[in-house]
Amino acid sequence: MVGIVDYGMGNLLSVYNAFDYLGEDVKICKVPEDFEDTDHIVIPGVGAFKDCINLISENGFIDKLHEHVINKGKPTLGICLGMQVMAKKGYEFGVHDGLGWFDSEVKKIDVINTDLKLPNIGWNEINQTYDHPLFDGISNMTDFYLVHSYFMQCNNQSDILATYQYGQNNITAAVIKNNIFATQFHPEKSQDSGLKLLSNFIKWNP
Amino acid sequence: MSKLRLIPKLQLKPASYNSNKLVLVVTKQFDNIIEIGDPVSQSKIFQDQVSDELIFINIDSKNRQEISLLAKIISEVSEEIFMPLTVGGGVTSIEDFRLLLNNGADKISINSAAISNPDLIRIAAEKFGSQCVVVSIDYKKDENNKYFVYTNGGLNKTSYDPIEWALIAQRYGAGELLLTSISHDGMKNGLDLYITNEVSKAVNIPVITSGGCGLAKDFSDGFKIGKASAVAAGSFFAHRDQNFMQTRSQIYNSGVNIRK
Repeated sequence: MVGIVDYGMGNLLSVYNAFDYLGEDVKICKVPEDFEDTDHIVIPGVGAFKDCINLISENGFIDKLHEHVINKGKPTLGICLGMQVMAKKGYEFGVHDGLGWFDSEVKKIDVINTDLKLPNIGWNEINQTYDHPLFDGISNMTDFYLVHSYFMQCNNQSDILATYQYGQNNITAAVIKNNIFATQFHPEKSQDSGLKLLSNFIKWNP
Repeated sequence: MSKLRLIPKLQLKPASYNSNKLVLVVTKQFDNIIEIGDPVSQSKIFQDQVSDELIFINIDSKNRQEISLLAKIISEVSEEIFMPLTVGGGVTSIEDFRLLLNNGADKISINSAAISNPDLIRIAAEKFGSQCVVVSIDYKKDENNKYFVYTNGGLNKTSYDPIEWALIAQRYGAGELLLTSISHDGMKNGLDLYITNEVSKAVNIPVITSGGCGLAKDFSDGFKIGKASAVAAGSFFAHRDQNFMQTRSQIYNSGVNIRK
């Protein structure tokens, strides 16, 4: 059973539909107790860092997430903002502490003195740092869909599984650490390649 | 730069034979409405042809009930279509945003409501993120050959010049702009490259331009001359055998950085 964390913000239906389409049992976790019968956890997200981490905290998810993700080691996927809140700190609308699962900070993409647009909306070629079962059947530099203005800057290069280039910026596109995998891009919006990645996530044995 | 985007625009309205059902239509200059089919099955065709995103606009949203009809269509689409969906037409409140987002929309397009209440842009951007708020700008020249923004499906002239309004919308927190030339709509005579270019230069958020695509070259011009981040088209994809794959490779071969 895939459990999608519903902290009361944004569009969960696409993520739900994508797992459902792949034939997986999937449920929306509205309260922390809903994690009990899950074996995979997904933290989706659109919106701002501050609201996201506040809502996760207000809804009592932090301890339960820690129990299931860190202690029990359930395979976990963060998507977009769901990846960013796994950082130690975020700098959107003030400085805010994240879940701290990755030694990293979330900062605004630098577009000063360029003609780059923010948010960056659209398809970009994702460069896989090394071969990993999560990218099985997905060739390097495949296009995935992104929409964001902030990105995760990692202190440990070994956490980075994929990047993409936005002007001069080398942007973290995916991170991995033990049982935690997270993508800045939206697999649930990236057509066949995205569905392939989600199906790899289900099969993944961290 | 992200890859530039090609976006089929699906215009909807309540069917003439059943006002509880939204059907796909094409228009000319926001008029001459022709009903051409079912939006859900057409979306699947666009998915198979690897379009980059889809835009759904209800062009005839007279009563409140139609937001729920629109939400129902999007909910059906999102069960099988896994690409970004922009949805609009008759959106006037944060509740409308939430309803459409909960039914699978990724971005919400607002037009008339943004003009009458620009704070809606700001509040929606704060609540759902600016990436979620697409301000749709319909424009044409008036009898004195000056450009103006129009609302309510082209019926009401506003006092805004499109470039001026684009800058205001950006300042209020819009994450993207969708430009439509009313006089080019459905005419297949090419995009309005002047306004596309002026707006793209003026703002630092992505600009989608639409209205007038009749040839692959029109799309290429929208990117190369208009400097748009995306080109959307309705009639072009609805009316002919011309399919997306073919158009895509013609545009790609003209040197535009789109997905292959």
